[in-house]
Amino acid sequence: MRYWLAGSVPVTLLILWALLSMGAHYLPLQPDVIHLQEILSAPGNDAWLGYDDLGRDVLDRLIVGARTSFLVSVWVVGLSLLVGTLLGTATAYHGGWWDRLAVLVVDVFLAFPGILLAIALAGLLGPGISNVVIALTTVGWVGYARLSRAQVLSLRHREHVQAAEALGNTKWRIIRKHLLPLMAAPLIVEATFGIAAVVIAEAGLSFLGLGVQPPEASWGAMIRDGTRYMLVAPHMVLAPGVALFAVVLSVNLLGDRLRDTLDIRLSGNNGSQPWK
Amino acid sequence: MLTFILQRLLGAFLVILGVVSIVFLLIHMIPGDPVEIMLGESASSADREALRAALGLNLPIGVQFQNYLYGLLHLDTGISIHFRRPVTELLLERLPATGLLALATLLITLALALPLGVIAAVRRNTWWDTGAMSFSMLGVSIPNFWLGPLLILVFSLWLGWFPISGRSGFASVILPALTLATGLVAVLSRMVRSSMLEVLGEDYMRTARAKGLPPHRVILHHGLRNALLPVITLLGLQLGALLAGAVITETVFSWPGIGLLTIESIQSRDYPVVQACVLLISVTYVLVNLLTDLAYAWVDPRVRLGSGH
Repeated sequence: MRYWLAGSVPVTLLILWALLSMGAHYLPLQPDVIHLQEILSAPGNDAWLGYDDLGRDVLDRLIVGARTSFLVSVWVVGLSLLVGTLLGTATAYHGGWWDRLAVLVVDVFLAFPGILLAIALAGLLGPGISNVVIALTTVGWVGYARLSRAQVLSLRHREHVQAAEALGNTKWRIIRKHLLPLMAAPLIVEATFGIAAVVIAEAGLSFLGLGVQPPEASWGAMIRDGTRYMLVAPHMVLAPGVALFAVVLSVNLLGDRLRDTLDIRLSGNNGSQPWK
Repeated sequence: MLTFILQRLLGAFLVILGVVSIVFLLIHMIPGDPVEIMLGESASSADREALRAALGLNLPIGVQFQNYLYGLLHLDTGISIHFRRPVTELLLERLPATGLLALATLLITLALALPLGVIAAVRRNTWWDTGAMSFSMLGVSIPNFWLGPLLILVFSLWLGWFPISGRSGFASVILPALTLATGLVAVLSRMVRSSMLEVLGEDYMRTARAKGLPPHRVILHHGLRNALLPVITLLGLQLGALLAGAVITETVFSWPGIGLLTIESIQSRDYPVVQACVLLISVTYVLVNLLTDLAYAWVDPRVRLGSGH
């Protein structure tokens, strides 16, 4: 049961998510076409997930929303991983004042709980998908910096690193050839949980009206619109919610399995909860 | 112990200074002219200059920062542009609601997470364990802004047990607190479980059993008490997450706390209020963590001795 749950289902769902997101352009979708006579209609044969308050097809908007969350999470996790790992590794390996400064900066960023700073940044920068990416990356890089610093501190006194140093390798080469390959596993696990966190965070910002703007679709914005019509058209809240929940749950299950397979102990929580 | 306290205090002070700097800089990160954004296109240039002078935005940035720090020391965080009242007054008005919500959430969390974690650990690898941990996985993965509306749909609209939103009487706090607690219960029950599992193998547990103590006494009195230490730290860390989560949850339930004020002031472009809210939540978070650390060191000497040397 557990292995079945943790195995093929989440992976299939995530592949579907990625394929739909990348293929959304080529599908005959009509996310913005308004069918006035169908406003708030329940799911039926011609529209599997019904219509929303403006008479737009919910399934089509759901797929476009999948694309939004996929793009944002790939960009944010990619950029955060790059910036965080580089800064964390370089400062920790260099040591001294650079390291202390980096620790202080990381501590200051961590002092803003959850997505609070992202909410404030997105609110000030104004709505739009690129501002969402900027806001979430500003918050997101810190976790990777902290993790890679901890990794470097535990790895830098290993024999193979000392041997490389004694052979006169440059710092950059040691980081690239002797540290980063050993740090990859925990970073991959962290990044997997990071995807779940960013999917929730993007939807959260859009729910607050700080994410992508109409008529662009986002699961968070769909949930917000749906809450106004919960009694007459519960499908408007249920459809994007189930999609969001399924993706996040799949990513978390996958992350759990990766962590067990790669045998990694991350400290305490898995990073996805504080973003809610 | 004293060195440890001083070290932690200094660290917290530096972090708070950093937080203040970032919050101060927030208003300067707005693309374009913040005054124009706050007042809109139609404002006269006299009004703009008046607001610019009122916010001190016409001064050099160094002087602005000095004034900002000076104001903070006197608990003066400026005047709200929208409400035309001191921001501190607004915060004080909204604080009790958020406090009540946080307290209720904490109570619900402890009432659910401790039994769940203990049962999962004691009945390891049974259906109890699988059930509790699956529930925890679901709790981590369900976003507040979806769980909230679902709870409203079921308990307010269909069953009619609780008010839909707003703050009216005791019943109105239950749904928002339950929403906020779910994620916390999920994380905490996992922690209780793993911490209990470590403790269950200890010698003193075997001794307690050998003495013939009843099982519940062995588990609660000898096991849980020792397992709680790491749980306290996590709870401190998660309290901050709770405050941030309150921003979304308060918006879902129109709960008149600091979180809702944050979103309202973002929407009305009332930036001094946004700054003050973010600052208040973050500084509370830092202080809660500081207190957790100190309490932890006080309870467990290994912590302070470990980092003091």
